[in-house]
Amino acid sequence: MRTGGRRRHLACAAGALYLLLATPPARAWLEATMSGHMLVQIPVLAALGFVACRLLPERTQDTLLEWAGGVVPCVLLATFASSYWMLPRALDDALASAAVEAAKFVSLPVLVGLPLALAWHRLGTIGRGFVWTNFFSMLAVLGWLYIAAPVRVCNSYLVDQQESAGWLMVQLAVLMFLGWLGSLFVGGKGGAAASAQMSQQGGSAADTDAARE
Amino acid sequence: MSTIVRGIVSTALVVACGTAAFWWGTDGFSAYTAEAARRADILRAPRPVPTVELEDQDGRRFRLDDYRGRLLAVEFIYTRCMTVCRSLGVAFRQIRDAVPPESLGRDFALLSISFDPERDDPASLKAYGRNFGADGEHWRLARVRDAAELTALLDAFGVVVIPDRFGGFEHNAAIHLVGRDGRLVEISDLDQPLAFAGKVREKL
Repeated sequence: MRTGGRRRHLACAAGALYLLLATPPARAWLEATMSGHMLVQIPVLAALGFVACRLLPERTQDTLLEWAGGVVPCVLLATFASSYWMLPRALDDALASAAVEAAKFVSLPVLVGLPLALAWHRLGTIGRGFVWTNFFSMLAVLGWLYIAAPVRVCNSYLVDQQESAGWLMVQLAVLMFLGWLGSLFVGGKGGAAASAQMSQQGGSAADTDAARE
Repeated sequence: MSTIVRGIVSTALVVACGTAAFWWGTDGFSAYTAEAARRADILRAPRPVPTVELEDQDGRRFRLDDYRGRLLAVEFIYTRCMTVCRSLGVAFRQIRDAVPPESLGRDFALLSISFDPERDDPASLKAYGRNFGADGEHWRLARVRDAAELTALLDAFGVVVIPDRFGGFEHNAAIHLVGRDGRLVEISDLDQPLAFAGKVREKL
């Protein structure tokens, strides 16, 4: 009963945050800078999809995962969709066209967060490691491109914004990589025990994962 | 077994759709930025430009479609610009010097359009032109006084102008070629003025 109430609260909070992000002032504020657009709005939209998926009943999640064809297509779908929104052109297009903006707001939760959440609790350490390292390297390479690019990649953003977004991406990639690496060493035995414990608890493991995102 | 098959089919579907989406979204893996897309789009389908009213460095009013029947090189600038517009000015001079002199004014003209009509009055346009050797006839400098017309013009050319923190502007800088029929036919990088002049000579 208590978890049911908690889920409902979380669902309301996630829904409210989603609606808030979609309001014109919030969009204008986050999209005013490249960093706000790429490193806050887009990840939060994807994370909301992840959380929303976790709030579904376990059985529904399993059915969805089975229907989708398992872990591999889910991870691939999330990779494709998230890479698309890393294209400089996609950022410009989202600012210039309401349809593209709407597509961004729908596709990030549904095609990135949701499939990732479906796959996540079925992924082992190696699978998660693959997803994480893939993400870190993409972030670092893209950040470096933004710093080193001799041209302005987005017509809607200033060059110094491009550079600061690039540096932020590289820093984030390095920090997250170190954090992940640390969790592998530190978490070693304890991590395995903790994950065994979490899989017993089911629902709360889901919440922990969602919170970690 | 059926779950494995389902997994393989689903994976193949995701890869196919994902690749198709990227193909479609990047014009066949060629345009990753909006600027590249704008140039590719113009080459594929020349775009008509609106006929706006301009005011040149001597205060003369004229319309963009007065240039119909001639090739017209267009650049977008603001006169206080210290960076990329200077390269544009130099590039324009190189183009002017590289085309046959007899074609100037008769079959080919150059036009620098300011997107800062508030501050770029005819006097500052004139001073700017003098700096780069514009003669004010074959190469004119002009501003669009009407804000709505200016927006329509920038939109049609695909030029995005955003104010920077220092009271100036940042804008995608390029050299645009408007054909005799008044359509935007080509967008060139400003560091290749001679290639642009070559294309103009071909069309003369």
